[in-house]
This record gives sequence, structure tokens and C-alpha cells, in this order.
Amino acid sequence: MNILRSLLALLVFPGLLYALPMGWLMLGLERKLRAHFQGRLGPPLSQPFYDVIKLLAKSPAPRMKSEAGLLTALPLLAVASLGGALALLPVWAGESGFVGDLVLLATLLEIPPLCLILSGYASRSIYGEVGATREALISIVCNVPFLAALVAMATAAGSLHLTQVVRAAPWVVRIPALLAILFCLPVKLRLNPFSLANAEQELLAGPLTEFDGPRLALWELAHGLEWVALTGFVVTLFVPLRSTQEAVNVLVFVLLSLVLVPLLAILASATARLKIAQATQLLWRWGAAVAAVALALSLFFRQGGH
Amino acid sequence: MSGLERGLLFRLVERARRRSAWLFHFNAGSCNGCDIELVACLTPRYDVEQVGILLEGSPRHADVFCVSGPVTRTTRAALETVYGQLPDPKVVVAIGSCPATCNVFAGSPAIDGPLDRIIPVDVYVPGCPPRPHAIIAGIAQAIETLVRRPASGKERSS
Repeated sequence: MNILRSLLALLVFPGLLYALPMGWLMLGLERKLRAHFQGRLGPPLSQPFYDVIKLLAKSPAPRMKSEAGLLTALPLLAVASLGGALALLPVWAGESGFVGDLVLLATLLEIPPLCLILSGYASRSIYGEVGATREALISIVCNVPFLAALVAMATAAGSLHLTQVVRAAPWVVRIPALLAILFCLPVKLRLNPFSLANAEQELLAGPLTEFDGPRLALWELAHGLEWVALTGFVVTLFVPLRSTQEAVNVLVFVLLSLVLVPLLAILASATARLKIAQATQLLWRWGAAVAAVALALSLFFRQGGH
Repeated sequence: MSGLERGLLFRLVERARRRSAWLFHFNAGSCNGCDIELVACLTPRYDVEQVGILLEGSPRHADVFCVSGPVTRTTRAALETVYGQLPDPKVVVAIGSCPATCNVFAGSPAIDGPLDRIIPVDVYVPGCPPRPHAIIAGIAQAIETLVRRPASGKERSS
């Protein structure tokens, strides 16, 4: 029964069967909204789906076998770890997950950026390397407030079990932690003003410069899944879904995930790309400050602590 | 795979190719006139992203290879390398009069063009520079060629 439930979470909801179309919808919505804010009509919502199909049907120029293998394995690993991360999201009511799944989830969410960095270096393109360096720097910078906020939540709840954390964390801690994590969301999705790594046109295509055909399609899939996983992570962490009606939980989860997309699109179209020093300053001055407040408060307001 | 499934899959791929053509722009010694007109196609006035057309930063992502300029001797090697990096199926659009005929540079010892002496060209868009309408019409014609072009089998490994 438990295995069946886990498989269902991995493959159906909130796993791949839900997350793939949802990822395409989120990417399509973001592109559409960004186009509207720029005074254009923009592509149809189904655009990311067609992009992936087209890329899968291309046959790339020949490459060395070792390089081709590496450049296929890295995006596959990214897609797989995002699938795992989605399966861990505590959407279903009732006890699910296990002690320590917060740590596992945070790790799985960190693997795709790592794959991106490695593939930037593995592609041996100068643009890939510059993009990978930037991605490495910005993810270190961004993880300071991100992980601090998660630690604050876990300390306040006195548990590393996701379901427990979501239920028990007091609002005094939860709100500053939410602010810090929301601050990190555009950084993790590589959106403007934090689009340093994929810096469109400036670095050609950043770490993805040397990816082609099906390999690029895998990255597009990973990017869509990243949207679903990260928005879902924010929603499940901060909105306790404790209705006894499963359908209500699912609906609230889906709608709140979608609400985050226009907000991110507004930010992305209203801002220009920052330099790495400016982004660091912004993240550490404001993001880390809010996270530090959350950490300090969590020491005073912890529940059933040790 | 049964005939029906094959047909459906092929139709889906054709539809995807028609609706998601990514361009790569190569300046082979152009005076920048055609380049400005090509970029104008992406602005709110023409907005080619409506039909899924994007200007990509990397040739490895692209389907449509847009070349402007008469192909000077210094750009020839880069042109050939970049053409080889585009994954199959691909089409080439010659933007402006320069890649088609070398224009006013014809006969110059510094010019290796016209473009079709170096790589196969599918669509010519004449003009000095051509208007964005003409460029969009040329790209649309190139996309129709792209849809019907078979991908050259499996990925070869060297």
C-alpha cells in the first residue's frame, strides 16, 4: 500500500503525469505574460510542448561518444531528481513522507543546478564555462538565505519531517521564512533580474550553448519540472493543506502554484539583468537579513523542541 | 509501430516543426543593415514569436540559418563550422542581396561569396536591405521546406 502510494506520487500526482503538462503550461504562461507586458501577443500557451517535440525529432551533428554520453546523462539526472522532488511534496492530507524528507527534498532540488554547472564545464565551450561559473556563484549566494529559512522552519517545528514542519511551524517564523524563500525563487528559476547564468544573447545560451536536439529537449523538460517543483515547494511549505477533502487540497495546491507564475512574470519583465556583485549584495542584504530574523525568531518560538 | 501511430507521430512532428522554428543569425561581413531588419521582426510591431519563432543564441539550438553579408574571406571558415553545428533538419535563408549576388562587392578579392558557392541555400530574400515583411515571408517559406525535409537518420558518432 505504501509502495503503491509512493509510486502514485512519483508517476501521477504530484509527479510526472501532472508535472509535465503543468510545467509546459507554466512556461507557456510565463512567455505569454512576458510578451503581453512588452506590448506583444506572444506565443500560444502550447508553445513549450511543441518546442520539446521539435527538439526530440532533431538529429544532432556527430560528437565524440564520451562527450555525447555525458551531455545526455546530466540532463537525465536533472529530470530524474526533479521527479523525485515532486513526489516528496506533501500535497496529500494525512501522514506521508518520513523523518528527514525535508533534507532529501532540499537536496533533490539542488541537483539540477549542479547538473547545469557540470554540463556547462563538460561542454568545453567558453560560453558554457562562463555561464557555469555564474550559476555556481549565484547558487552558493542564493542558498544562504534559502537554507537558513528552511533551518528556521525546521527548528521552529522541532522536526525534519515535512508534514510536521508544515503543520507545526508558528506563523511568526513562517512569514519571514516565506519572504526569504520567495526572494530566492526567481534566482532558482534563473529569471530576470537574476538571469545571470543563462544570460540570453550575452553568453549565447550560457551552460546550454553546446546542447542540441533531444539533449536540449531534456533540459527544457527539466526547466518545466523545476517550475512546478519550486512553486509547489513554496505552496506546500507555507499553506498547510489540511482539508479532509483530498480534492480541495489538490485544487488549492494547483491554483496557488499557478498564482505564483504571473507574479514571477511581472518581476521578470519589469527588471533588467543584474551583475553578479549586485545580485549578491541584494540577496545577502535583504534575503539573508529576513532569513536571519526567521532564524532568531525560531529559537524563541519553537514548538515541542528539544 | 503500426502505420496509424507512425502517421500520427509524423503529423505531430510536422506540426511542431511548423510552430517552433528557431533562428540563428550569422553575419558574414554584412553592413548591419539586414541585421537590423531581421531584429525588427522580433519587436512588438511584427512579433514573430506569435508563431513560435525565436532568435537563438547558439547555432546548436537552431532550425533556420539566416545569413547576411557577402561572405568575406575572413568569415568563410566560421560560416562552414557554424553551418555544421546546426542539427538536421535545417534550412538556410540568405537575407539581403549580398549573400545572393555579392551586391556591390561582386568581384572584390576579399569576397568568397555568393553564399550558395559555400553552403546550400533554400530561400533568397533580396533587398538592400529587405523589409521585415519580406524577411518574414522568406522565413515562412523556409519553414515549409523544413517541415518536409527528412531528418537524416540516427545520430552518427565519430
